[in-house]
Amino acid sequence: MQWKVSAAPHVHAKDSTATLMLDVIAALMPCVVAGIWLFGWRAALVIAISVAACVLTELVCQKIAKKPIRINDLSAVVTGIILALNLPPTAPWWMILIGAVIAIGLVKQLFGGIGDNFLNPALTARAVLLASWPARMTATNTASAYPLPFDTVTSATVLTPETTLNTTMVDMLVGRIPGTIGEVCKVAILLGLVYLLIRRTITWHIPVVMTGTFMLAVWAFGLDPIQSVLSGGILFGAVFMATDYVTSPMTKWGQVIYAAGAGLIVALIRAFGSYPEGVTYAILFMNVVTPLIDRAVRPRIYGEVKSHA
Amino acid sequence: MEKKQQKLSSVFLGGVITENPTFRLVLGTCPTMAVTTSALNGLGMGAAATFVLIGSNVVISLLRNFIPDKIRIPSFIVVICTFVTMVQMFMQAFVPDLYASLGMFIPLIVVNCIILARAEAFASKNPVLPSAVDGLGMGLGFTLAITLMGAIREIIGSGTVFGLSVFGASFEPMLLMVLPAGGFLVFGLMLAAINIITGKFTAKKAAAADEAEEEV
Repeated sequence: MQWKVSAAPHVHAKDSTATLMLDVIAALMPCVVAGIWLFGWRAALVIAISVAACVLTELVCQKIAKKPIRINDLSAVVTGIILALNLPPTAPWWMILIGAVIAIGLVKQLFGGIGDNFLNPALTARAVLLASWPARMTATNTASAYPLPFDTVTSATVLTPETTLNTTMVDMLVGRIPGTIGEVCKVAILLGLVYLLIRRTITWHIPVVMTGTFMLAVWAFGLDPIQSVLSGGILFGAVFMATDYVTSPMTKWGQVIYAAGAGLIVALIRAFGSYPEGVTYAILFMNVVTPLIDRAVRPRIYGEVKSHA
Repeated sequence: MEKKQQKLSSVFLGGVITENPTFRLVLGTCPTMAVTTSALNGLGMGAAATFVLIGSNVVISLLRNFIPDKIRIPSFIVVICTFVTMVQMFMQAFVPDLYASLGMFIPLIVVNCIILARAEAFASKNPVLPSAVDGLGMGLGFTLAITLMGAIREIIGSGTVFGLSVFGASFEPMLLMVLPAGGFLVFGLMLAAINIITGKFTAKKAAAADEAEEEV
């Protein structure tokens, strides 16, 4: 298995793509469970359709291109789960299918399959769906789908001022707010983060620097940093999507620049942009910049002497 | 010079297919992206560009021995400008709706690189008739390409083609396709598709040639 995750030295381990993906799937489980608990069976259906469609698209693409069939590496399953968690629970089946074809077919397989995509597949699919069917993607009127009798029933996204007023901090932590399936329950996201850190699937740099920069920036722009970080998709993006190995820089300092840039762009879009939320665009933008960061932040080769010393 | 002169039919087919300005030479991508939000826009843009292309090719070919080499580009631009102004006034008078939707891109035909490239690469070196045929072929190739692209984007992005509904009222169009990002997406996928098709075609031809050689 060819990994290009960090600079040398490399240590051999028994890990493979599949075991790595299994860890990510395990880390996503709290969000999946919380999403189904909060939004009901429709959320489960969205996740099931998305995973099935992603795996099927991967299979068909590899068959057409006459490449070895590698759906057993579980990467398509991860993309499927993340895509579903990025969709509202009201997403119609055809929209999920189109999202899966864009994520796996267009972004991943057309560019050469796993490891060769320059954008995060699930996030690109979300961006395309958001641009194509904005009303459906932001339809968060899921109050009737709530299985529990909540006092606070909100209809618009929590990022608009009128709804943030009657939402308590606990609601935002637990996820009793409108939003996409995966982004609402912050407790579940943090559980996933802890698991990924313990398993050393990711390091703390990207999630911590991204949310840290974001909070600092929104505070500087005059917004409430705690409320900002608990609303919208910033935490989910920072933990599960900005940390994608393929589309984030290889070195620690590169990752810090990447994460700080993403956090800053989210804050800028939230404070000054015409969209209420900008996590998708911020991470995609930094995905595109990643090769430049990797070129700028090169690790010094061991034993090399600085030329201008 | 006379010996080098190509056959008119191959000049024409070159413009439409083998050297299609949009898909093979990848020229004039600015109007290709900007205008192809509907099939009608593509057709209108293609027709306007074809007229300018034929006119400028003919005039530049006629003047090819009078234009000093050093100022040939400004001279070409003046000729092209003349035809673009004619098209612009004509469209403004007779098809005001189309004129409004193409907007800025009509005057921008002046700097369309297909037209300038054909003036420089073909009309300034060839007699009048081949130049006219080249203009027609290139113009038709451009028109076909951007009308096709406009149709694809219109069908998916608005659910219509040439303004006629395709899927009925329940269809929810994919808005992205009529946005700039959709233009790049469709253009890239069409380029890829055409490369695959022509790749297969040339491979077949090479194989056939090999077989023929073996038989001899």
